[in-house]
Amino acid sequence: MSVAQDWRTWLTSERPGSRRQARLGEAYRLLRAFLGHRLAVLGLLLIGLLAIAAIVAPLVAPFPPAAQDLAHRLEPPGAVHWLGTDEFGRDILSRLLFGARITLGIVALVTVIAAPVGLLVGCTAGYLGGFADAALMRFTDVFLALPRLVLALAFVAALGAGIENAVLAIALVAWPPYARIARAESLSLRSSDFVAAARLMGASAARIVLRHIMPLCLASLIVRVSLDMAGVVLIAAGLGFLGLGAQPPSPEWGAMIAAGRSTMLDQWWVAAMPGVAIALVSLAFNLVGDGLRDVLDPKQR
Amino acid sequence: MSATLLEVAGLRVGFASGEAVRGVGFTLGRERLAIVGETGSGKSLTGRAILRLLPPAARLSAARLVFDGIDLLAASEREMRRLRGRRIGLVLQDPRFSLNPVMSIGEQIAEACRSSGREGPRAARQKALALLEAVRIREPQRVYQLYPHQVSGGMGQRAMLAMMLAPDPDLLIADEPTSALDVTARQQVLAVFDEQVSRRGMGLILISHDLGVVGDFCDRVLVMRAGEVVEECAAAALVTARHPYTRRLLAAERRLER
Amino acid sequence: MRRAVLAPLRLLAHLVPTVFGLLLATFLISRVVPIDPVLAVVGDRASAEVYQRVRTELGLDRPLWVQFYRYVAEVARGDFGRSALTHEKVTEDIARFLPATIELATAATLIGVLLGVPLGVLAAARRGGLGDHLVRVLGLVGYSVPVFWLGLMALLLFYAKLGWVAGPGRVDIFYEDTLRPVTGLLLVDSALAGNWAIFSSALAHLLLPASVLGYFSLAYVSRMTRSLMLDQLGQEYIVTARAKGLSETRVLWRHALGNALVPLVTVIALSYAALLEGSVLTETVFAWPGIGAYLTNSLLNVDMNAVLGATLVIGLIFITLNLLSDLLYRLLDPRVR
Repeated sequence: MSVAQDWRTWLTSERPGSRRQARLGEAYRLLRAFLGHRLAVLGLLLIGLLAIAAIVAPLVAPFPPAAQDLAHRLEPPGAVHWLGTDEFGRDILSRLLFGARITLGIVALVTVIAAPVGLLVGCTAGYLGGFADAALMRFTDVFLALPRLVLALAFVAALGAGIENAVLAIALVAWPPYARIARAESLSLRSSDFVAAARLMGASAARIVLRHIMPLCLASLIVRVSLDMAGVVLIAAGLGFLGLGAQPPSPEWGAMIAAGRSTMLDQWWVAAMPGVAIALVSLAFNLVGDGLRDVLDPKQR
Repeated sequence: MSATLLEVAGLRVGFASGEAVRGVGFTLGRERLAIVGETGSGKSLTGRAILRLLPPAARLSAARLVFDGIDLLAASEREMRRLRGRRIGLVLQDPRFSLNPVMSIGEQIAEACRSSGREGPRAARQKALALLEAVRIREPQRVYQLYPHQVSGGMGQRAMLAMMLAPDPDLLIADEPTSALDVTARQQVLAVFDEQVSRRGMGLILISHDLGVVGDFCDRVLVMRAGEVVEECAAAALVTARHPYTRRLLAAERRLER
Repeated sequence: MRRAVLAPLRLLAHLVPTVFGLLLATFLISRVVPIDPVLAVVGDRASAEVYQRVRTELGLDRPLWVQFYRYVAEVARGDFGRSALTHEKVTEDIARFLPATIELATAATLIGVLLGVPLGVLAAARRGGLGDHLVRVLGLVGYSVPVFWLGLMALLLFYAKLGWVAGPGRVDIFYEDTLRPVTGLLLVDSALAGNWAIFSSALAHLLLPASVLGYFSLAYVSRMTRSLMLDQLGQEYIVTARAKGLSETRVLWRHALGNALVPLVTVIALSYAALLEGSVLTETVFAWPGIGAYLTNSLLNVDMNAVLGATLVIGLIFITLNLLSDLLYRLLDPRVR
């Protein structure tokens, strides 16, 4: 038998010999299931491309994103400038590539802030139950009941335009759904046997929540987070469109659309291209999120 | 008395996971046949297969499936619809789920009257009220307006029966009609079934897991197990049944009664 | 009887803390502004006494919770302050701009529902069929494309290049402010006044923004309808309906959809609420003088009173719609009644 077949037998064994084998086997099974979804794989590839583009942008971009070339302003897509140039003669393709860094950066930061906060709040509420649960959930519900975009807008307006404030504002409206999901999961987990066992062994509430409950909520949370990423991209683009996100000359995609508005009638590509980029990225996240949901948490469908 | 109403031979219902009905066969005239078996024996699927109301994932085949000279396998969906509404009726187990929750009981019965007899709305309403009376529901006017969740199980089943009797069918298939009811309701509902089936001279297929119900009520019994027929006999002869499985069922029944 | 009294009380119990939260959020946001509001009034050359005096006048020397209390009292009185830009009372500004948004959101929801529900039904009726794929594609595109970009592209194509619809704005400039407002909804007012010229102009201007917004409603509503219908089609009463020999059309539209309508109404209310949010960006693109445009305009000019007032109003409508959808569900389901 070949090495690959050996590995596969080991991973799919019905009787794993160690915890590590069980975990790896489970991961392998989920991976196979995920790869079976063609659309989800497509989404993953797109995101991979995006990530690569963002990382190697300085190397692959044909022109520096801020390089103005007024002699060649507003040129249509062609051999030199594949996606045309904007009103300052800057190459749109290069700007899109560098803009990918901004977009991915925003998504990553928002996730890194919002997901742990939501997870912690939700798991604590679900595990503690009673008054703490009611209070925390009431607090969360208030956020959930408010329109996300509008609140983010108001927050950024108050703090001042800028990419850090934008990230903060979006994270602020992004965490409540995660808290809800984490709470639902931990509610069902708190009465399970292993939690009782941990408590009997003297584990503190904090330890139980952190080490036992939170990891188990991860699966449903990952699904929701990936589905939300598309929304984050769209809100960030909206903020950028209104001039409240990354400031010029930063090649943020939403801001690029706004800038292209004045020349839209005759030079449509300036406003159109960034929108296509946004749509593709959102689509990729949606596809991946759908695939993950089918694999990890079909009941959320 | 009984010109053959229904002929079934080699009936098979299969799913991706395996076959649930494996070569069931019987004939039925204007008499009462009981199909008895445990959960998973394939008896419900047999009943639904006759009406071709199986879940979309199911594969149906048969050597012979003929109702009153009509080949049910070859019939088009349109022809099947005509048969279902007018000549074969189906009563399901739990009226809380098998009746439309957002339509009043009377409306649902009137709908059956309208669709089969081409009656106008007022005539349909009268007929529905008459049917409610026929199944011994007192205050039919009041019950007409009620929703399924507002009536007891027994009343719901009788309303269900009324609905299926509207077109005056030749054959009635009752799939566990009393299994969701308590003992008194059970007696009541069976009595009504008895009355109506006799009066109209219908054929009846009664599907149940309850041998007790079956014994007094039906003429013949078909015992199913794991998708196959293991015994077929007259109801009266049930106690002298030969097949070990049937004997086990009977023994279990007696133990419960004691 | 008791249940009928308890239900609205319970909903009120949900409403109060949510509104409170909204007020708190807007209050805190206003206090987070890095611009010193006192300086905005006195300028940066004022003496210390003037500064203190104005500060006391504005109530900024009191503890935070007292300020909050005053803020809530003002809001309850309907006083959102004055807009730094228009110098009008914010409440009056909003009252002027709100109907335009309502007209847009209503038209968009109508489009979304009238097209989306049948599409969802057809998608559920035949799994893997054309309708099914269409709903899925529409949904994916609807959740991926930015609304403001779609609006721009639609304007470019249907207005600039094809000339099929009228351009930005609510009516031809010719007709602006010529109609006496009754409801503020141009289509209604012009019909009431029998002024069909304005009516058709308003309609021509409404068509594109409503369609763009409506597309998103369509994506959402059709997806939810399909899902709800699939749930229903798996139920036992559908077997009974088919056993009655009813046509598949009747089974689908009268029985399955009839049951799906109850949760569907909730979906529609939620879609309306989401469209209100979407209108914020769409109105900017179409120069539609609604509350969304008012909000973004105030944002760009850091007119905090206006920003917070508009946020408050939009937030309140949003909350009310969410609550209403819950209420509607209970009202319509005969099992809960």
